[in-house]
Amino acid sequence: MQRHIDQELADLKSQILRMGGLVESQIEGSIKALVDRDADLASRIIERDTLVNTMDVEIDENCMRLLALQAPAASDLRFVTTAMKISTELERMSDLSENISERVIELNEEPQLKPYIDIPRMANWTMRMVRESLDAFVRSDAALARKVCADDDFVDNLQHQLFRELLSFMIENPATITRAIRLTFVGKSLERIADHATNIAELVIYMAEGKIIRHTAPSVLSENEP
Amino acid sequence: MTTELITKPALKAESEKLCFYYGGGVQALKSVSLSIPDRHATALIGPSGCGKTTYLRCLNRMHDLYPGNRYVGTVWLYPDGLNIVDHTIDPIEIRMRVGMVFQKPNPFPTSIYENVAYGLRIRGAMTRSDLDGIVEQSLKDAALWPEVKDRLRDLASNLSGGQQQRLCIARALATSPEMLLFDEPTSALDPTATARIEELVQELKQRITIVIVTHNMQQAARVSDYTAFMYEGELVEVDRTEKIFTNPSNKLTEEYVTGRFG
Repeated sequence: MQRHIDQELADLKSQILRMGGLVESQIEGSIKALVDRDADLASRIIERDTLVNTMDVEIDENCMRLLALQAPAASDLRFVTTAMKISTELERMSDLSENISERVIELNEEPQLKPYIDIPRMANWTMRMVRESLDAFVRSDAALARKVCADDDFVDNLQHQLFRELLSFMIENPATITRAIRLTFVGKSLERIADHATNIAELVIYMAEGKIIRHTAPSVLSENEP
Repeated sequence: MTTELITKPALKAESEKLCFYYGGGVQALKSVSLSIPDRHATALIGPSGCGKTTYLRCLNRMHDLYPGNRYVGTVWLYPDGLNIVDHTIDPIEIRMRVGMVFQKPNPFPTSIYENVAYGLRIRGAMTRSDLDGIVEQSLKDAALWPEVKDRLRDLASNLSGGQQQRLCIARALATSPEMLLFDEPTSALDPTATARIEELVQELKQRITIVIVTHNMQQAARVSDYTAFMYEGELVEVDRTEKIFTNPSNKLTEEYVTGRFG
């Protein structure tokens, strides 16, 4: 039986995907702006954040309306509440891309500190996590979501590595401190974006299986693996 | 989860492989085994004809009013472990302990006072002041007292639909039942009257076991602690209400609570 709510849920799903697509391009753009030392691109990323904010509000309103008027239950309810939370996670990711872009503009005022190797690598991992967490949402794929959760460790490690490297620059030559700290912020922002992707993945596991795995130890997570 | 198992409430009633056949031979219940926790509200949901009202009516032998109806299996009433559907047991005795509130308010064509006092009078002699006391308390428990205290001699039929339904609840409460059965108690009421009845159920379940049949799933979600989903005379799934409405185990339950059928 085709229900009226099915169309509304499908619309909500595509709304999340549109927002997800925009946020992915925000992350990608901010890193491209860093590598290419492109301050114009960085400014455009900062401006585009308001678009993401608008989408976040629209999705929230849509979810509230669905909850109030359709009173969804069971898997429908889990879908709507998950969509609502994913929208917040995506909005935070866009804020972090905005932060990166602000650092890019500041970094462009001085010569480049070092060739960027680890940061684009981290960014690639992070963007893949974002993409896969959204794929997992669309397909209600808990196995893929669990993979995303596991990948977060790799991004964390890259961030530690980046921090140690930048610390050595700062110890050797205090003149690099400003730039090194700004790059540390970039690394930290990427690491936070990966955390938000992990949050989405955890929400997807709840949506698919009805099990809340947030704030559980990794050992518990792997025990649950099929 | 574990703590929940430890603090699992005691049972008020429990059916074991209960089958029920109507006079014409139609089997309306197919081996229903369901536990009803003491001093909690259990909701029975399911599409029309699934057997939920039939099940409810077994719990106080309402089917005995029609010839040819047949129960197979047992329904234990605790704490004494009386088999409700044992035909050697007087249904009047059961109905003293297990009260019922129907879909449409059905006050007797007498005064408000007499409606509540009725069950007590047929039970036996009682002093006037005792009777007055219980009538007042029952009306208070049914959240009707402030509206009727100055017109107890008025005809019950002069009350509004919602008030009549609360009067029926007061009437059921007067005999101090251990369990109260509600058969779609708000389907004939407006939203305000419905909300009052739901509030009342929330209060009453602190001390009386409630079983409620409802077509309104949101109502089941709001008032009950446990929900049983029935389909075609069988019990499909029973669990904590929260679980049934957020993450049911059975696919059929999922389809029903999300409105895919029924």
